[in-house]
Amino acid sequence: MANIIEVKNLTKKFKHFTAVDDITFEVAKGEIFAFLGPNGAGKTTTIKMLTTLLNPSSGDLKIDGHSSINDQDGARHSFGIVFQDPSLDDELTAYENMYFHSVLYKIPKSERKSRIEHMLKFVELWDRKKELVKRFSGGMKRRLEIARGLLHHPKVMFLDEPTLGLDPQTTNHIWTYIKDLNKKEGITVFFTTHYMAEAEKVADKIAIIDHGKIVIIGTVEELKTKTKTNSLEEAFLALTGKKLRDEEVSSEQIMRQRRGVWHR
Amino acid sequence: MSTIYILWLRQIKRYLRSKSRLVGSLAQPLLFLVALGFGFGPVYQQAGEGSYVQFLVPGIISMTILFTAMFSGIEIIWDRQFGFLKETMVAPVSRLNIMIGRTLGGATVAIMQGLIVLILASLFGFHPVSWSMLPLAILAMLLIALFFTGLGTAIASLLQDMQGFQLIMNFLIMPIFFLSGALFPLKSLPLVLNTIIKFNPLAYGVDALRDSLINQSYFGLSLDFTVMAISAMIILGIGTYLFNKIQI
Ligand SMILES: Nc1ncnc2c1ncn2[C@@H]1O[C@H](COP(=O)(O)OP(=O)(O)O)[C@@H](O)[C@H]1O
Ligand SMILES: [Mg+2]
Repeated sequence: MANIIEVKNLTKKFKHFTAVDDITFEVAKGEIFAFLGPNGAGKTTTIKMLTTLLNPSSGDLKIDGHSSINDQDGARHSFGIVFQDPSLDDELTAYENMYFHSVLYKIPKSERKSRIEHMLKFVELWDRKKELVKRFSGGMKRRLEIARGLLHHPKVMFLDEPTLGLDPQTTNHIWTYIKDLNKKEGITVFFTTHYMAEAEKVADKIAIIDHGKIVIIGTVEELKTKTKTNSLEEAFLALTGKKLRDEEVSSEQIMRQRRGVWHR
Repeated sequence: MSTIYILWLRQIKRYLRSKSRLVGSLAQPLLFLVALGFGFGPVYQQAGEGSYVQFLVPGIISMTILFTAMFSGIEIIWDRQFGFLKETMVAPVSRLNIMIGRTLGGATVAIMQGLIVLILASLFGFHPVSWSMLPLAILAMLLIALFFTGLGTAIASLLQDMQGFQLIMNFLIMPIFFLSGALFPLKSLPLVLNTIIKFNPLAYGVDALRDSLINQSYFGLSLDFTVMAISAMIILGIGTYLFNKIQI
């Protein structure tokens, strides 16, 4: 099977701090790949580099054969993403946010309306489609972002902690849909999560990253065998230690805190 | 094309929805118009220069466009902080088209504000020499708007948050406004001031607007439009380059 994501010796330094430290891995076409690690391990930074938002300090990375550094446009044609941090326009309605996306991703005009309706119904926001997003609760915004991310069907789907803050029913509902897409359309899924049970249930392959370095890559079974444990959760703790990680305050988190203060 | 259109439309929708911004950005020009126009009017008249309100209105329209356009450009910082910028930056569309859409959206909003001020001013007694020159006036407004949306975008691409904004207002925008001839005639100024003003693109915008609205010009219309068009192109080029380089 061909590799749709190829990462070689990827490193990202923020001043003197190395967030991603010389990592190398591949993701096969059609795979559901879980990228796990404690807070601040470097997961989001890796996804940002893969999705052309951030330039690496060194190393190479390709999506569907397109370099995320030299052929950003080619790479951008190959993936879709649900970000960890908010990315909606609060001043637009739910429908307008979806429509904006459908135009940017060149969904044929004849299909736009029906697809948007389908996805908004799927996350149960169709009744609220005309409301400004700024009036939505956190969970509703999250559902809208997922609906938007799934509006077009790219070759690779990045999901950065997609289900954070969602109830189990919604999480289950969404994963059923994603797995179905994966099966029917062969879409590769690259996701991060803090819920080990979620990863254990859906992932074909798992990579664990800690302090910017990849600790292990393999199937759930392989990870359990190597660590001589009985669940992914135990394997994870065995590999990354039980020491608590401070939630490091990233610049985006500071921004989010400021959001509350700002009224426009 | 559709990318440009949807980005343009987004700017327009946000503008029309933000009533406070709409009202707020009209209050300042009106205050200037009333306070300065009627305050300095008698002195100006005594000096044999005619009606100060007539003279002032093109300057006030330029001011409105300057601030609105700068703000539209600077809005990228908000988009970055609210996270929406990521959505546009990963989309499979050219950054040039994103830039064009945003800039045209910002420019359209600025021109609308400029036209509202023009209409309000005519309620206060302003009358253009001929309304048939209005298309030319709108072209002047467009060039001012394009230049300052581009400048705002360029600056916003370099800033991480709004902290530097106050600095830019005080040390860039205010001088550009006050040293543009928006408030006073350029003839018989001290040489130093006159020289500084000649390097200010807004001075040519104000002059073009004044020429098309009240038929008074210092530089001449063709020089005005040439300088404005070239500087707008240069700054939009720089803006696009810096916008391309944004890291999130
Ligand atoms: N723009 C930035 N500047 C400086 N440090 C950053 C920046 N973005 C992320 N970091 C740091 O890099 C590390 C990895 O962050 P991140 O990739 O977000 O972790 P994860 O997603 O695995 O929780 C963290 O220590 C974080 O504080
Ligand atoms: Mg993260």
